[in-house]
Amino acid sequence: MCQTCGCVVTGEVTIDGAVLDAEMAHSHFHHPNQAHTYTHNHQHSHYHHHLHHNHLHHPDHAYAHTEHVHDTRGVTATISDRSDTGTTIQPRTLTIAQGILNKNDRLAERNRGYFQAKGLLVLNVVSSPGSGKTALLERLLQDWPQQGEQQRGVGVIVGDLETDNDAQRLRTAGDAIVQITTGTACHLEAEMIAQAAQKLDLDQLELLVIENVGNLVCPAAYDLGEDLRIVLLSVTEGEDKPLKYAPMFKTADAIVINKIDIAVAVGFDRDRAIANLHKVAPQAPIFEVSARTGTGLEAWYAYLQGQRERKATTIMGS
Amino acid sequence: MHEVSLMEQTVDMAVACAIAQGAEKIHAIKLRIGDLSGVIPEAMQFAFSVVTAGTIAEGATLAIESVPARCYCPTCQQEFEPQDVIYACPHCNQLSTEIRQGKELELAAVEVS
Repeated sequence: MCQTCGCVVTGEVTIDGAVLDAEMAHSHFHHPNQAHTYTHNHQHSHYHHHLHHNHLHHPDHAYAHTEHVHDTRGVTATISDRSDTGTTIQPRTLTIAQGILNKNDRLAERNRGYFQAKGLLVLNVVSSPGSGKTALLERLLQDWPQQGEQQRGVGVIVGDLETDNDAQRLRTAGDAIVQITTGTACHLEAEMIAQAAQKLDLDQLELLVIENVGNLVCPAAYDLGEDLRIVLLSVTEGEDKPLKYAPMFKTADAIVINKIDIAVAVGFDRDRAIANLHKVAPQAPIFEVSARTGTGLEAWYAYLQGQRERKATTIMGS
Repeated sequence: MHEVSLMEQTVDMAVACAIAQGAEKIHAIKLRIGDLSGVIPEAMQFAFSVVTAGTIAEGATLAIESVPARCYCPTCQQEFEPQDVIYACPHCNQLSTEIRQGKELELAAVEVS
């Protein structure tokens, strides 16, 4: 879990108020001074590792006892105390060459397969805080049923550090809404999405939108299993945002410029912004919209419909 | 700002590998970090001492190999190293969308005993 810039764990991840299932959670690290809920059914102190779920304890107690059998939750591990051997081991190099985000990426692929089996198009919407992700999704929830004649609806997984304000807002426009409260984490991870998706009846949906935590840095690194990454930029943020946060914009499948209704008032230099976007993210189509007034949304919806149909064709053909 | 979390995962992986290989102490950890990974090497370095405290990697050194971005130009059919965030081919000036290197975030090796 990301503790942002601090090293002290201060929060916990919740999904619609329920704590993220630790048994499903990814491998994690316990600080020596952090309380944990793992029950030890033995009395002596020792250093141990639980290989069955890649979970390491780093207690500050001594490492001095002989071989023993340690039974936790039905898993029996025999651990030898190597200090009894008396041999000196020479330093050696272990080549690992393993991606640090491998676990997240595997879970993301699992999500992707699961969503594909459900026939869902999945968007991961990322942007700075306050650029209008929630407003854009409110409109999408209201407008989507009028787009075409499909039967299924739109679901949203919302990520924020605190409060379920966004989920409450979105629930006035739709009913398939799940809030992930990350506590201190500055981004969503594939594991959170896997669990949040369980709260939704995916068979009733054709579009699932993940509203990521407002942050143009960290979410770029985490694949959630989405089909499309949508980067939102609002006119109040400055034309050079794509240059300043290039890694995020380079991951965009599409870019939405929001709040164009106030572009003149804030002195937004449209040509320069679009030129910067084209230079940094030449792969991404750009949609200029106002979620507030509705300007430009038709082209945006047409793009999403096209992507949905393309995906449906791909699934049928596979 | 996710470097502490990434460093925790890194140290977890390093410790698990070291223990699986019968080691008792980690002396050095080597990472490869791409320029496009969104990770700030200095922040990783900062997190390292905090995260390794109380583990068999306490006191270990951290070496970070920076991996520069490399793109492919389909017109010129060759790779190039972009000079800034705009990935224009130095030969034909065409913008490249094919990133071949630079997103790495990898635990390369650990030195153990």
